[in-house]
Amino acid sequence: MPVNIKELSRKEDRLSSGHRLCGGCGSSIIVRQVLLAIDKPVIVANATGCLEVATTIYPYTAWKTPWIHSAFENAAATISGVEAAYKSLKKQGKITEDIAFVAFGGDGGTYDIGFQSLSGAMERNHKILYICYDNEAYMNTGIQRSSATPRGAWTTTTPVGKVLHGKIEKKKDIVASIAEQGATYVAQASISNFRDLIEKVRKAVSVDGASFIDILSPCPRGWRTDTSETVNIAKLAVETCYWPLYEIENGKWKINYVPREKKPITEYIKPQGRFTHLFRTENAYILEEIQQEVDAKWELLQRKAQLFQ
Amino acid sequence: MKTKNLLALEGNQAIALAMRQINPDVVAAYPITPQTEIVQVFSEYVANGEVNTEFVTVESEHSALSACVGASAAGARVMTATSSQGLALMWEVLYIASGARLPIVMTVVNRALSSPINIHCDHSDAMGARDSGWIQFWSETVQEAYDNLIQAIRIAEKVHLPVMVNMDGFITSHAEEVIEPLSDEDVRSFVGEYKPTRMLLDVSNPYTIGPLALQDSYFEFKRSQAEAYKQVIPVVREVAEDFAKISGRKYELYEVYNLEDAEIGLVVLNSAAGTAKDVVDTLRTQGKKVGVIKPRLFRPLPVEELKKELSHLEVIGVMDRADTYGGFGGPLFGDIRSILYDSPNHPVILDYIYGLGGRDVTLEHIHKVFEGLESVKSSCKVENLVNYIGIRE
Repeated sequence: MPVNIKELSRKEDRLSSGHRLCGGCGSSIIVRQVLLAIDKPVIVANATGCLEVATTIYPYTAWKTPWIHSAFENAAATISGVEAAYKSLKKQGKITEDIAFVAFGGDGGTYDIGFQSLSGAMERNHKILYICYDNEAYMNTGIQRSSATPRGAWTTTTPVGKVLHGKIEKKKDIVASIAEQGATYVAQASISNFRDLIEKVRKAVSVDGASFIDILSPCPRGWRTDTSETVNIAKLAVETCYWPLYEIENGKWKINYVPREKKPITEYIKPQGRFTHLFRTENAYILEEIQQEVDAKWELLQRKAQLFQ
Repeated sequence: MKTKNLLALEGNQAIALAMRQINPDVVAAYPITPQTEIVQVFSEYVANGEVNTEFVTVESEHSALSACVGASAAGARVMTATSSQGLALMWEVLYIASGARLPIVMTVVNRALSSPINIHCDHSDAMGARDSGWIQFWSETVQEAYDNLIQAIRIAEKVHLPVMVNMDGFITSHAEEVIEPLSDEDVRSFVGEYKPTRMLLDVSNPYTIGPLALQDSYFEFKRSQAEAYKQVIPVVREVAEDFAKISGRKYELYEVYNLEDAEIGLVVLNSAAGTAKDVVDTLRTQGKKVGVIKPRLFRPLPVEELKKELSHLEVIGVMDRADTYGGFGGPLFGDIRSILYDSPNHPVILDYIYGLGGRDVTLEHIHKVFEGLESVKSSCKVENLVNYIGIRE
């Protein structure tokens, strides 16, 4: 079924306005797009993080779906339990509806502290969809580095000093990792390419097993970007092949979008304050290394996809 | 009159049997010595289609209890089991389960905590979870553990709080005992069908569970939780009445043994109570006025009831199978002293820390404890309030 934006626009949002997320935050755009894509009832589990704290300040809630938050590192295990309860009660004839189970976690709750719980849930292949809103640092506690923070980025725990110039290590490749855990459907998506994102979510909730989608979530506060630029920055991530759109379905790799002209990484990096120091002459080598890494990863991705053509 | 159905079962097997008879909707558990056999035997029931349970074979205890929280909030009847490090790893989620008022039922097969690593019995694990908001039952025998677990389901669901049923690692979990289990039908009708007041799976009535509650509301959440424990004791009694009707076994909040006319009393949890009762039998034949009290319900603590039972004693020994490292005696000692602080005749109360890491507690040890208590009674002198027994010093 092709994605029809007119139809989507008529659907009721399942995350209401009035929540306390920052202006220009990628995560609320992600949640709205993901939930708009799913037609059946949804139960949401949320890891501790910006999204969770800003949408459920008691006595208010922005969620129109059943929603549970337990802890930081256990959204995948929590949604596993919800799905297990569903399977059991359905088997016993106590429930008849078809329900989708979605967990949202930031990169902290997904790449780092929640990685074990996520790995377990993916390996057990529960019929769940785990969405990582990946803003590439621990934003809720004030912009500390995570294993999702890219090389060279400034954070409050990778400050730019006389000796060190932002994060030294590379970003963890979570999509490839999760594909190896036994998940049925794994993908990378971007809010800038909403048709692709919505198609991926629809596929993810229709497969018979665990799904994982990593979605880039620009964070104006942590990335030092203009709040009006969120979607444009996500688009530049895709156009520079920093954030390629691809999927792995039952072990088969597929690229969903190839930019007509691959833009240099500096076009993505330039508007972001977290990378300002990389444009000093003495740091030019870091920029070069970043470009080389993007090129190598894009090349590798193309080769993987070719294997399954 | 029904004919007695007697079975020789190890503690873990009896727990697994109770779980099969309860037939929970979801079990999420991770194996750990000495609880492992519960998980193994229950897996066989699942593999043979004897239960409706979705068994979630998680990758850690943290995820075990997290999955239980999700399943319970979803509207399922949920059980798990663990020991020692497993319970320690669950610590964060213990508070989430009780704070969210989820009636999860968990067997804890008591084992020492690292380091050094040790797989044998003491009570450090459950005592570490003492303040987590879980109702705690303690069980001397296999029969008591089996009976407590079945009653725990009804209690948890009535008061909307999670329940932990403790039994001693190896001593009870791996000891074969002849027990009288209930019939499947009796257990099924005793626990009844679980009807949650609200559930995530009721998608037409969405609700938010686990929100952010700040300075303006968190305290009220916790205050109302504290209030919930007041209804537990009447419910425990009511469920015990119903249980007696089908089992012939009547449970109180604690068991008293020769305590009524005693001058010296011993407070002891779980399997060591059996040893203590044996020593009391011997001492009674010598005309000594000694007795034992074995708390069954430890959280919530039956303060008034224990005060009534203990305040006539002249000297009390508290047996603690856990220490508080840098505190003042074991955890049970602290509670008992506090309960009796304002009792008019001020019994002298001493602590005996014993059996850490599975160190045997023998008849001789308990005899020595009573000898010590007797000399305190006659001399009115206390050398050490906190004592360690059965140890090379």
